[in-house]
Amino acid sequence: MSAEFTKEMKATHEILAPDIFPTHMSLIKELFAMYGYKVTILKNTGKDVIDTGLKYLHNDMCYPAICAVGQQLYALESGEYDLNKVALVQFQTGGGCRASNYIWLLRKALKNLNMEHVPVISLSFSGVEKSSGFKVTPMMLFKGLMAIVYGDLLMLLRNQVRPYEVNEGETLKLVEKWNEELISQFRKNKGLVGKSLRKNMHDIAKSFSEIPRRDVKKTKVGIVGEIYVKYSPFGNNGLEDFLFSQDCEFMVPGVLPFFQTMFANAETDYELYGGSKLTKRIYKFVEKRVETLETIMLDTLKEFPEFVAPSKFEHVKELGEKVIGRGVKMGEGWLLPAEIAELVESGYSNVVCAQPFGCLPNHIVGKGVIRTIKEMYPTANICPVDYDAGASKVNQENRIKLMLAIAKEEEES
Amino acid sequence: MKRIGLDIGSTTIKCIVMDEEGNILFDSYRRHFSKISENAGNTLNEIADNFPNEEMLLSVSGSAGMGIATDLNLPFAQEVYATRTAVNRRLPGTDVVIELGGEDAKILFLTDGVEVRMNGSCAGGTGAFIDQMATLMNVSPDELDQLAADYSKIYTIASRCGVFAKSDIQPLINQGARKEDIAASILRAVVNQTISGLAQGREIKGNILYLGGPLTFFPQLRIAFDKVLGCEGACPNESLYFVAMGAAYSKDSVVVNPKELSKKAEGYSATGGYVSCPCLFKDEKDYADFITRHENDSANIKSINAPEGKMYLGIDAGSTTIKALLCDENGNIFNTLYCSNSGNPVPIVKDYLDNLYEKYPEINIVSAAVTGYGEDIIRNAFRLDNGIVETVAHYTAAKKFLPDVDFIIDIGGQDIKCFKIRNGTIDSLFLNEACSSGCGSFLQTFAGVLGYDMDKFSEMALYAERPVDLGSRCTVFMNSSVKQAQKDGAGIENIAAGLCISVVKNALYKVIRCASPDQLGKNIVVQGGTFLNNAVLRAFEQEIGCNVIRPHISGLMGAYGAALYAQEKAKNKQKSSILTAEELKNFTHTVKATSCNGCSNHCRLTINTFDGGRSFIAGNRCDRPLKSSKNKVDYNLYAYKYGLLDKLRHDEIDTSKSTVGIPMGLNMYELLPFWYAAFKSLGFNVVVSGESTHKLYVKGQSTIPSDTVCYPAKLLHGHIEDLIEKQVDAVFYPCMSYNVNESLGHNHYNCPVVAYYPKVIAANVKALAKTDFIGEFIGIHDRKEFAPHFGKILAAHGHVFSAAQLKAAAKAAYNAYDEHMAAVRTKGDEYLDLAKKEGLPVIILAGRPYHVDPEINHGIDRLICELGAVVITEDSVSDKQKRFPTTVLNQWTYHSRLYAAAKFVTENEDLNLSLVQLVSFGCGLDAVTTDEARSILESKNKLYTQIKIDEITNLGAVKIRLRSLFAMLNGGK
Repeated sequence: MSAEFTKEMKATHEILAPDIFPTHMSLIKELFAMYGYKVTILKNTGKDVIDTGLKYLHNDMCYPAICAVGQQLYALESGEYDLNKVALVQFQTGGGCRASNYIWLLRKALKNLNMEHVPVISLSFSGVEKSSGFKVTPMMLFKGLMAIVYGDLLMLLRNQVRPYEVNEGETLKLVEKWNEELISQFRKNKGLVGKSLRKNMHDIAKSFSEIPRRDVKKTKVGIVGEIYVKYSPFGNNGLEDFLFSQDCEFMVPGVLPFFQTMFANAETDYELYGGSKLTKRIYKFVEKRVETLETIMLDTLKEFPEFVAPSKFEHVKELGEKVIGRGVKMGEGWLLPAEIAELVESGYSNVVCAQPFGCLPNHIVGKGVIRTIKEMYPTANICPVDYDAGASKVNQENRIKLMLAIAKEEEES
Repeated sequence: MKRIGLDIGSTTIKCIVMDEEGNILFDSYRRHFSKISENAGNTLNEIADNFPNEEMLLSVSGSAGMGIATDLNLPFAQEVYATRTAVNRRLPGTDVVIELGGEDAKILFLTDGVEVRMNGSCAGGTGAFIDQMATLMNVSPDELDQLAADYSKIYTIASRCGVFAKSDIQPLINQGARKEDIAASILRAVVNQTISGLAQGREIKGNILYLGGPLTFFPQLRIAFDKVLGCEGACPNESLYFVAMGAAYSKDSVVVNPKELSKKAEGYSATGGYVSCPCLFKDEKDYADFITRHENDSANIKSINAPEGKMYLGIDAGSTTIKALLCDENGNIFNTLYCSNSGNPVPIVKDYLDNLYEKYPEINIVSAAVTGYGEDIIRNAFRLDNGIVETVAHYTAAKKFLPDVDFIIDIGGQDIKCFKIRNGTIDSLFLNEACSSGCGSFLQTFAGVLGYDMDKFSEMALYAERPVDLGSRCTVFMNSSVKQAQKDGAGIENIAAGLCISVVKNALYKVIRCASPDQLGKNIVVQGGTFLNNAVLRAFEQEIGCNVIRPHISGLMGAYGAALYAQEKAKNKQKSSILTAEELKNFTHTVKATSCNGCSNHCRLTINTFDGGRSFIAGNRCDRPLKSSKNKVDYNLYAYKYGLLDKLRHDEIDTSKSTVGIPMGLNMYELLPFWYAAFKSLGFNVVVSGESTHKLYVKGQSTIPSDTVCYPAKLLHGHIEDLIEKQVDAVFYPCMSYNVNESLGHNHYNCPVVAYYPKVIAANVKALAKTDFIGEFIGIHDRKEFAPHFGKILAAHGHVFSAAQLKAAAKAAYNAYDEHMAAVRTKGDEYLDLAKKEGLPVIILAGRPYHVDPEINHGIDRLICELGAVVITEDSVSDKQKRFPTTVLNQWTYHSRLYAAAKFVTENEDLNLSLVQLVSFGCGLDAVTTDEARSILESKNKLYTQIKIDEITNLGAVKIRLRSLFAMLNGGK
């Protein structure tokens, strides 16, 4: 059995995390720092990282595992870190998808590398496993979700402003500025209560709205998909950059709904199969608390009608029920098709559905429901793209180009 | 102004010039052999010659056109979109376009909601595929098409991807099936692939247009499409040029001067921005040293020029080549043969023997043995003394070169075989699975595509300075990686070297799955025809970081091993039973195709008849058509379990009651007794869908939305269609996140596909709209909660029952389920006892419940019985185990049983137990479970064997695997 992350290690060990949500990770990292954990977000990418993943994991394992575990193992093998003062962290959802096995496979790989003494932390809300030195308290969880809301807002504004900016680079600079500002607030334990959250949100939105923008027409594209390849440029071959180069404005639904879905599913499970009423109530309570965060963001965005705001999660849930049924909970579950529907409703009727090659839940919630969505929304122009260590960028971009050609035709007619 | 459309496809460049009215003034079609810029330049030059000093509008299109368009700053029209533009302009009223290209397949629906489909990253049934298959059959693609006209029967060939199809065709070739039939079957596979991969629930009907190279050049392919679609499609005159025309129509086109552009294109070379591997050889001295070292390694085995004394014949009838040689009592080698089997090994062996007898009439062949795919047919045809499993043959030969060999890797035309040697017996066998080719024929095919012969190709690889890093992927992926590398400016020698390296990486990381080279062994022998390629050999040594032995007869090791085996077996024998020169003169061979009616598989048989009444039947999955073994009783728990379920199919229908239909697939293979009893108790008729067959699969194939889902899931579409045809009142197929809880793991989930496939059915099977579909979520893991939830679901569909009725139904259901499982387990115990008493080996054929479906398991259970073992299921022993710690998250009920069964094997030394795991291709969970099952077994020195199965499986490879397993169990004998 591999090493446990003990209380003492908190002071001595650097925790290496894969870069799951590139826009959000710098804030999340700060949050861990507030609780005394030294987290480093791994930025290594490239073929060597993939090869390391392929070498130590089963090659038919999902691509996100190859990327994320690859990043960590590559870092350990690089010699840059003192192996006695380093730990790894993986996010674990604990669902019926094979993704809940990442952490186990990582440990197996460590064993093959004779690095079993490197502790692996499971970051999960469902308590799949516990370690003495690492605990997510309800407060920490809540603050974590706040960091995610900030990230979601920054991502949303960046995506809607950058394609139209007059002065090239201004938007990204502003994102950077806000990241620094928030980090410095977090370090002072500020910015994480209702009032300052509200103020920050408002200031952020206002500052983006003040960036001078051109009035030009861009093709509006939504991005949904498996959680890793949806956000990570390493996982999706720089999908956002490609769309940007093709004169598109893209909308990527936020990270918060992914967590909201997890809480909502506990309730659904109770309805469908029975079980503990108490668990259901706890999750219902958490869900409600998270909703207050969501409301702050949506209220802020109401003041700036030039931005397309995300739908309320309640509405996303309804869409999920309509499109596929909310009992479908493995992987991204019903959220994925619900997001496609939401995007189409918000005017992003061209949607790239990014999925790892051979992803099991995506047989159901991705390719499986496209037909239903097209029947519900005849204008939906959906392009599933598979990502994999062996898939070539040319083919992926070619498929997206087809989607864009149809989109342009629609715009003109 | 005139317009140019330049269509740069994966293998060809098509170009047209048209005037403003759309009249075509010029067209050109050429293969580019990946020299894209050069050929694009030539094409433009031709235009300049035909229309001197004229400026024109131009757009580029085509799957390989994007790179050059970007770099030369030319507008690019996506090719599917271009086709659509051209069809709408020139042939309005078209409903569906089917366009096949070199590596792409597309279907465009133009009316009733425009939809465009193109093949995904896992789909190879296209022009390049037909070329590959033609190479395999040793005919030209045109000849293949002509052959197909005279077919008499169609064999089923996997239609998913080229590599799969290849492994289906090879056995057919080896078994002597008619070329005409194989050719037609290949074309039919292309049709099925296109439809199942791209139709995705939409019917193909109305005015259909066939476009692109393959459909233009191969009339038989068009006929095959017509046949399957039940209509007549048209192939217009300019069928090759629709993409080019669409590009020409593009309003993004820019004005160019063709002459100038041609210069720019020819001068254009990409920047060399690709990832590379270290070079193979630094210089010529490096290479010379390498050659000398390998020559010295083989110095102790001599070649002789004439037979002397007792001679032993060995034949290796491999998948693409046939090898033969003789050796004397000292193992010296005489009269070797190494040639392509040209799709039929029999005449080649006959010629070889004819020649031998003619030149050396006095030759004394004492014994003869054959190995390889064609073992059975060659042994029967020429009455050889022995047959031998390939693995044992290879080991026998390798020992001669390196007595303490502990690892052997053989890369042949179609197969990769690797095995470790422990205590003088074969241990841990790795075979390439149907999906990862990366073998000799893979290199050959690529050499051909790029326009070189194999020798030249591998020679170029030797001194490549920056070999392209192509990774280790299957052929289909490799095609697009090569395309990308070309786009990035990799020269042919760097691609050649890259491909050689990828073969090695494929073997090491995909087949053997080794994390580090020192896991392989210390004394390594490499062999097989592919290692004769010095670039591959060098790449292998570089990758593992040590020197290996490659015998100079690397490609003949199977035959050599067979000859040595013949010698070993001969003992006091004086004369081989092989046909004499006289008998050979009267040799005849006729082939007849037929179907076996022994069971629902209806195997396509080829009956080979030779002179003197010798015959050989091929294509059978079991020994039913071979009457000899009729009296033997099989101890086969798969058959027993299937029988239990099949009983529920034959129910009398009471017309006064409402009828519920249950599709017999996935989890229903375990839960049928449960649901059957529940509905019976509530007063329904229950109709179960018919037995799975390939025909039933084809019925549902057009509604499969994801072409990479596992075959068991795909089959479900056919079962649903079957129920609709049976006109049931409702189809019952519920979603189940959770499976039954047997307390063997952390949780008791179903896999995502089993859990939610009803959602896919509901969303994609259009015909279901007229039938009530009960596909709600339900759990049966909580026996108290089940009844009220079940009642709620039925009520929503208009069937209201009282709490008491529901309680009774639940009770009946759980009883039926418990009885079913108990019956399987009791029978399993009985078989275990019998095996113990009779001293028989027991194979736990571990899969999922649905693997008892003969259409899914391809009769592998019976194959094992034939080899003399008792077959039991994983769930018949899993209940004897308690939950134990695993190194993976143990959270799926079916897989918990697998781990428990593996544990059971390790804890019952008194039984002769082994575990063979059936893995359905595309099963993502098995990427987790297979390694775990292996490590549980290997922790107690038990063998782990895995068999991958799909729509079609290469039973030849399965047989090798199983026979090797039995050879291992018997200590290599």
